[in-house]
Amino acid sequence: MLVWSRSGRALAWLFGGTLIAVVYGLPLAMIALASFAGQWNSALPSHFTWLHYASAVRGDSAAMLRASLLTGAAASAVALAAGTWAALALRRVAGPSRRLLDLVFFIPSAVPSVSVGLGLLVAFSRPPVLLNGTVAIVLVAHLVLVSAFAYGNVAAGLARLGHDIEQMAASLGARPAYTLRRVTLPLLTPYLLAAFSLSFALSMGELGATIMVYPPGWVTMPVGIFALTDRGDIFHGAAVTILLAAATLVVLAGLSALPAKAAARR
Amino acid sequence: MAAAPASAAGPLLAVPPLLLLAATFFYPLALILHRSLAGAGGLSLAHYAVILGSALFRSALVNTVAIAAAASAGCLLLGLVLALLIAFVPFPGVRLLARVIDTFIALPTFLVALSFTFIYGSAGLLNASLMSVFHLGLPPLDFLYSRWGVILAEITVYTPFVLRPLLASFSLIEAAQIEIASSLGAGAWRIIRQVILPAALPALLAGGSLCLLLTTNEFGIVLFIGAKGVTTLPLLIYDKAIQEFDYTAACVIAVVNVGLSLGLYSLYRFALARVGGAGAGLV
Repeated sequence: MLVWSRSGRALAWLFGGTLIAVVYGLPLAMIALASFAGQWNSALPSHFTWLHYASAVRGDSAAMLRASLLTGAAASAVALAAGTWAALALRRVAGPSRRLLDLVFFIPSAVPSVSVGLGLLVAFSRPPVLLNGTVAIVLVAHLVLVSAFAYGNVAAGLARLGHDIEQMAASLGARPAYTLRRVTLPLLTPYLLAAFSLSFALSMGELGATIMVYPPGWVTMPVGIFALTDRGDIFHGAAVTILLAAATLVVLAGLSALPAKAAARR
Repeated sequence: MAAAPASAAGPLLAVPPLLLLAATFFYPLALILHRSLAGAGGLSLAHYAVILGSALFRSALVNTVAIAAAASAGCLLLGLVLALLIAFVPFPGVRLLARVIDTFIALPTFLVALSFTFIYGSAGLLNASLMSVFHLGLPPLDFLYSRWGVILAEITVYTPFVLRPLLASFSLIEAAQIEIASSLGAGAWRIIRQVILPAALPALLAGGSLCLLLTTNEFGIVLFIGAKGVTTLPLLIYDKAIQEFDYTAACVIAVVNVGLSLGLYSLYRFALARVGGAGAGLV
């Protein structure tokens, strides 16, 4: 406790509460309000409607939701597999080569997404591999952009795990593959879920690389929201944004509830 | 042995994920560099001379640096104020509020830019209220469609990245230390200055340099605010490649942008190495 007087504390709370409400509460409230706005000619909407949501769950917007969910799930799954493989392999490397390899797996997180998209356009619009205009180039873009975050979470988990339990399993005669499957991976589960969740959330909100590479039939939600707002359809855009945020948070909440359930069953 | 701390096979085992990363990331980056250097008879810097000298590129570079610096400074200030309140003057429900702010990390960045149109836009909440209260004919505030709009949106979006390591480092300060300082007569400001800030310095460095990197790379907020004349490097790359089909110009700008980002990333890694465990959870 830093402020002891009753009045000082009340003042600090009033200040903090107002600050958080204006900076974080207001944007969320206003975008939610806009998604229901029928007409908005004065300070606040004059009447409300479900129409934006009704059209957001049909047709184009439903296809966007599907594209985003599939892209996020596929890119995060591959990133998780590759990141787990890399983190497990690097655990057996020591010294400067480990630091260098660690840096190599982190670097994609430092490069701006638009440049990642540009690189993919330049690289895969010509032989030997032609991906431009396919769904695959979107998946690759998302895979690259989330890969460092998946690797980072698994590597952090492995660093906390230590080697004791695995060494015990090995000393009791467990083979490496058996130890990996029955000891290491189960212990890692919370970190694997965290890695997948973060990757999925980042992929759902990804705009910079996707807008560079997406083919006409695979419009993700962020790209679709920009198209909507760019042509002035801002209330519809707000409704799709709310759906995007809700879909992301629902998946994250579901994934974070999993380890607790697994622990309860044990 | 599966559990051996280090072995000669380690680097070999890392080859498959390295190959994947090389094919999907390093190969495209190398082609960007190659394309930017392509000349009539081999490699040349001719494209760089043209583009780096153009007014468009220079204004984008100035915008990128100015916006990133101002937004990061704002994130540090707001993050510090919020962290001090949450950690040291806690009120009921504050942990829940901290978690709500934390979820902004999981939300798309353009959400804030879009909601700002409804709050600070020319027909938004603030302008419409001011117009009806003061009987004005025109919206009085138009800062949203300038650098300031982008800066304010980025401060909102990236402050959680400062808040997280700060709260982690504040949790390591012993409450007794503050109570003793307080009972010896030190006021709140003096405790902040002499006890809390020195302990938080590494976290501020790590959070601030991460904000510099993220705001330099930010694309969605700049695109959604869409202010005339507020073009940053990522937006200029998008304009050149997608609107004008000028891949070579886009590649030259991308080389500069990636160079800048990698420089900022090394600054962040350097700062993170000083924080140690307190930076966990950030990449």
